[in-house]
Amino acid sequence: LAPWVPVVGLEIHAQISSNSKLFSGSQVQFAAPPNSLVSFFDASLPGTLPVLNRRCVEAAVMTGLALNCSINKKSLFDRKHYFYADLPAGYQITQQRVPIAVNGSLSYSLCIDSKMSQMVTKTVRIKQIQLEQDSGKSLHDDTRSQTLVDLNRAGVGLMEVVMEPDMCCGEEAAAAVRELQLILQTLGSSQAVMAEGQLRVDANVSVHRPGEPYGVRTEVKNINSIRFLAKAVDYEIQRQIEELENGGTILNETRAFDSKLGCTVPMRDKEGKQDYRFMPEPNLPPLILYDAKSLPANMNHQQVINIDWIHERLPDLPSVKREKLVEQYGILPEHSFALLNEDGLAEFFESVVKQTQMKPKKVIGWILNHLLSYLKQYSLTVKESPISSFLLADLLNLLEKKEISSTAAKQVLAELWKGEGKTPLEIVKEQKLELLQDQKELEQICQAVIDGQENEVIMMVPG
Amino acid sequence: QEVSVEVLDHLEHLALVDFRDSEGVERLQKAIQFADQLHEVNTDGVEPMDLVLEDRWCLYLREDDVTEGNCTKELLENAREKVEEYFVAPPGNIPLPKLEERDTFLQSS
Repeated sequence: LAPWVPVVGLEIHAQISSNSKLFSGSQVQFAAPPNSLVSFFDASLPGTLPVLNRRCVEAAVMTGLALNCSINKKSLFDRKHYFYADLPAGYQITQQRVPIAVNGSLSYSLCIDSKMSQMVTKTVRIKQIQLEQDSGKSLHDDTRSQTLVDLNRAGVGLMEVVMEPDMCCGEEAAAAVRELQLILQTLGSSQAVMAEGQLRVDANVSVHRPGEPYGVRTEVKNINSIRFLAKAVDYEIQRQIEELENGGTILNETRAFDSKLGCTVPMRDKEGKQDYRFMPEPNLPPLILYDAKSLPANMNHQQVINIDWIHERLPDLPSVKREKLVEQYGILPEHSFALLNEDGLAEFFESVVKQTQMKPKKVIGWILNHLLSYLKQYSLTVKESPISSFLLADLLNLLEKKEISSTAAKQVLAELWKGEGKTPLEIVKEQKLELLQDQKELEQICQAVIDGQENEVIMMVPG
Repeated sequence: QEVSVEVLDHLEHLALVDFRDSEGVERLQKAIQFADQLHEVNTDGVEPMDLVLEDRWCLYLREDDVTEGNCTKELLENAREKVEEYFVAPPGNIPLPKLEERDTFLQSS
């Protein structure tokens, strides 16, 4: 019997990095006193109206362009109705019929083996990107049987990125989301920090036999990190396979990932199939975007969004940055991935290369094998590194000039890590780590060692 | 054409409206009949219109400045119950009881 084919699709919600919310002027900020960042509109008080934030539209256009999407010059807003305490209006303003961007793609890379030496590139299709409102936050107080509602997050702008079910396992899903995260951070359209809820991922998982139609899918929510995403997807695939092989069926349901137990469980509070009663948002006309050709002559600049203008100003995406690093410095592709995977590491590497005679191909080893492992061990970011690029370059220069050995350099590095302000040269002198270049001096030392170990030498010489 | 009890019950669940009595249901049926007149117009090849002024209404774009918020006290005045500046809500949605289980006009119809 042919093995099962798992199918994984993702729905990703990225919080837009902006000062104020999507349809109101209240502030966007992570931790703030409850209900302090809430306007009358966010609280859905009668008589209030949505006013679209220009920055949010630009963020969505940038993201659409970076993901190779077609930008819809005319997109529409709709209301999606459902009842929940953290959705005061009883509906969410979203873009269900005609979203701002469609039909894109995201390329990501995977390591074939565990040693990270062979990478393969995969692509996932982006179905669409839509602008929508975030809901408030519910804190469940089970002891008092009540929910506490904080509307600070209600109305914050979101970009929902819908990925087609082109992935087949947890590893692919995780790699795709990681790449998306890097792209969003490079663009600045979202800070995409999962831990702060700025990037939320729901996975749609199903399995089927090759040649047969797709199986029933489940939706997995409550995934709080990229690592858990891989685990949740793989668990769900296994669960479905086991269920089907035991003659059971898969329910089209929503499941939550329990990170402690490492499994998915059916979600409570599911009221059967939801009917969202989508309708056009009557308070917002179509969103019209322009390009160089269609730019209207007499309109106020501030009221016009020019897709081409935004396109010209897109920064280098991670994939381009990696290519440039490989080309410029002769490092391996997997090195470029490692450099971009850590915030600030690529810049640190380039800074060291500028300040040292050591070849970049050798420098990369010191950065990835030594500096990075220290940072990881002590959970520090590159910015927090006690060793500056200047100090590391200084050390590598000593090594390059053969004034110290590789082993000695590692020792100096350990000492530098303490961050006591000593220079590499000072440490070398302190610990007498200088390589001896004088032939005579070396002979004297060797002779002294041999003299001191006479017995061992006598035993060795005949053999 | 009458609206079935199933549809009426579904609507009451979705929108938490209460049709209350035969007059309410009658009003709904008349509204549907009125809207159904639209079917008499041939709309083949015509794009639906959402808003009458949609071609002339320019969507206003606001600058990304913080201009609102910071009115916790005022907002919480509307709350029936509050706990330390949080609104208090029931632990989860309280769905409308099923048709058989509630006392409604729809049951008898």
